[in-house]
Amino acid sequence: MKEILSGNEAIARGAYEAGVKVACAYPGTPSTEILENIVKFPEVNSSWATNEKVALEVGIGASFGGARSIVTMKHVGVNVAADPLFTLSYTGVGANGGLVLVTADDPELHSSQNEQDNRNYAKFAKVPMLEPSDSQECLDFTKLAFEISERYDTPVFLRTTTRISHSKSVVELGERVTGLPEPKLVKDPAKYVMLPGNARGRHYVVEERTVQLSQDGCSMPINRTELRDRKIGVITAGVSYQYVREVLPEASVLKLGMVHPLPHQLIRDFAAQVETLYVVEELDPFIEEQVKAMGIQVTGKEILPICGELTPGRLRRSFGLPEEEETQIEKLPGRPPNMCPGCPHRGVFFTLNKLRAYVSGDIGCYTLGFMPPLSAMDTCICMGASIGMATGAVKVLPPEERKKVVAVIGDSTFLHTGVNGLMDMVYNQGAATVIILDNRITAMTGRQDNPASGHTLMNQPAEAIDLPLLCKAIGVKNVRTINPLDLAECEKVIREEMERPETSVIITDKPCVLIKREGVFEAGAVLEVNCENCTGCRACLKIGCPAIEWVPSSGKRGQAHIDPLLCNGCDVCSQLCKFSAIQEAKK
Amino acid sequence: MSDKVTNILLVGVGGQGILLAAEVLSETFLLAGYDVKKSEIHGMSQRGGSVVSHVRYGKEVFSPIVPEGEGDLLFGFELMESYRCLGLLRPGATVVVNDLCIAPPAVLMGREAYPENLAAKIAERFPDQILVDGQKVAIEAGNARTANTVLLGAVSKRLNIEEKYWLEAIERMVPKKALEVNLKAFAAGRALA
Repeated sequence: MKEILSGNEAIARGAYEAGVKVACAYPGTPSTEILENIVKFPEVNSSWATNEKVALEVGIGASFGGARSIVTMKHVGVNVAADPLFTLSYTGVGANGGLVLVTADDPELHSSQNEQDNRNYAKFAKVPMLEPSDSQECLDFTKLAFEISERYDTPVFLRTTTRISHSKSVVELGERVTGLPEPKLVKDPAKYVMLPGNARGRHYVVEERTVQLSQDGCSMPINRTELRDRKIGVITAGVSYQYVREVLPEASVLKLGMVHPLPHQLIRDFAAQVETLYVVEELDPFIEEQVKAMGIQVTGKEILPICGELTPGRLRRSFGLPEEEETQIEKLPGRPPNMCPGCPHRGVFFTLNKLRAYVSGDIGCYTLGFMPPLSAMDTCICMGASIGMATGAVKVLPPEERKKVVAVIGDSTFLHTGVNGLMDMVYNQGAATVIILDNRITAMTGRQDNPASGHTLMNQPAEAIDLPLLCKAIGVKNVRTINPLDLAECEKVIREEMERPETSVIITDKPCVLIKREGVFEAGAVLEVNCENCTGCRACLKIGCPAIEWVPSSGKRGQAHIDPLLCNGCDVCSQLCKFSAIQEAKK
Repeated sequence: MSDKVTNILLVGVGGQGILLAAEVLSETFLLAGYDVKKSEIHGMSQRGGSVVSHVRYGKEVFSPIVPEGEGDLLFGFELMESYRCLGLLRPGATVVVNDLCIAPPAVLMGREAYPENLAAKIAERFPDQILVDGQKVAIEAGNARTANTVLLGAVSKRLNIEEKYWLEAIERMVPKKALEVNLKAFAAGRALA
């Protein structure tokens, strides 16, 4: 049967067809939809882990127990999971327990904080890596990855990029394999207990495995030579293959399905058959440098960009081919993403801006607190970093500036890696204020459950972590819960805690407006502007709510208007109006 | 079947239903026997940001994104976002655009002005323009929420695909209880182009 699937949907399908029993992940764009689709197959135990390291550890446990498992994450997630990954390379997988780790990279930083090229992890951790070029290959390579994992006793990377994860193409579906051995306990400490005495020996195994894979890669059908015009030969992989076929349809191509280890002999043979050899790849010169190290003359980053993703147009430019002249238009107002109307984060950032706080920020929807008019975020590095960085800042700043330091972090990010930072802050007497924006969901990636939301990925009820109690257990003496939609309360409590010369935690307690589960979010009464009272002072515009529009032609000097279809009735704007012009809308 | 690939860009504002419309297009082309690729960016681009979805169909499609300057048809859900993407089109391309302005944050806050006369400016460069008041036609056809289907109807007239495939795709993608109003809206949109 043929269907149009995204790369992520096809990976989910491939995992299902491969007989996977366990799937685990922490959400992260562009990888999130893989688990959201695997969970549709009841045969697979699917779960959101607290972070990527735990996700991989769950996958390793399932693998050692003798079941096929898949673990998925965005590129920066692999940084978090790197610790188990490097040693897993040494132990290899469990008997019949293939393990595939999906890394979804994000060239062009469509939704990320950096543009790291995770092919380097494959080489660094000495783990083979497959790279599909469309959704059919996403499905096929996922299945193949499990076979390679078990045949060579190694975890296998499947690397996608945003354009593979989120593009859809036609896929032929297959059936789920049956008859895989049942999981069982296997004791083999020499292989699985990585004390120096054991690990030393395993390192030799890893090196031999890499050499073997490089040799066998020369005859793998996924590494494919397509001979056309011999003048130009291009080595490429992933989505870049599609751009090469689009822009250089006559060129000969060596399409690599496995980008680590490289099939050396196949590359030598291809190089010998073409006049001029190129490597076309996004981001780092990963293949190019290795081909050059083989002593083969090749052109790559001399003409291709390292930064950003490739496009057919950029490739055309690199090869000096004629381009369509772009239609020039004048500068237009931008349309950046914005917090939703009624978002519980808005009032907190308005207050932090008002109090001139130095906001140590974190990763989530609330990173949009950076945008004007809220403009209340000063740093954002990685998941969970806000708290540790606040501790460090307080260590060095003079007392008056110390008070200004406020770490802001979401519920899911706090449980991901922020909680470690808070333990450190308490332990080392860091005197900063931490605000946990608890909106009961992992919102930015599209509303995934987490250990504080009370539900699992498979929609089972779960124990919801009690965040105030957790903070108290860590040793925070000042833990206060506030209603973030009450600006007076926000200002009073945040001001008091900023003044306090010791660790304090403020937890906001209003849910994300996008939560659809019954009884969690309930919209308030829709508001409207009473034009008799509105003086056009613009105070309500300071929160940047998308439901409030400035209408220059209204009233004497312009007035605000509230879109009744967008308003969620959070009432924050009415608290800013000194003229009682914002009222409940008449029915 | 011609070997040429047809390139369609769907543009608008996050939350307008662009991704669903792109799904219906892709499904139609698959039913009509073509190779299809579709690409868009999720994540940060939601939350009211600009959205661009690329749909390409033909005998064999390679790149999932439309090569710059090769767009054959722009399917615009909002005027300024449509105008912003004109550079992706080839000369002589068709523009089907919703007669709708959605103010971005800087305009909402009164800091910048929404540009004027965009429909006319687009038509100046791309004379094959179909300006559709999706909302108005949808209300006339029976349901205000089917504005996107009205636009789809207008788009369908400019693509060389038999009507039965469009209808089958809509039947597959739209919930049963909303099917009748959507088929009406689709017919109303086709009548415009």
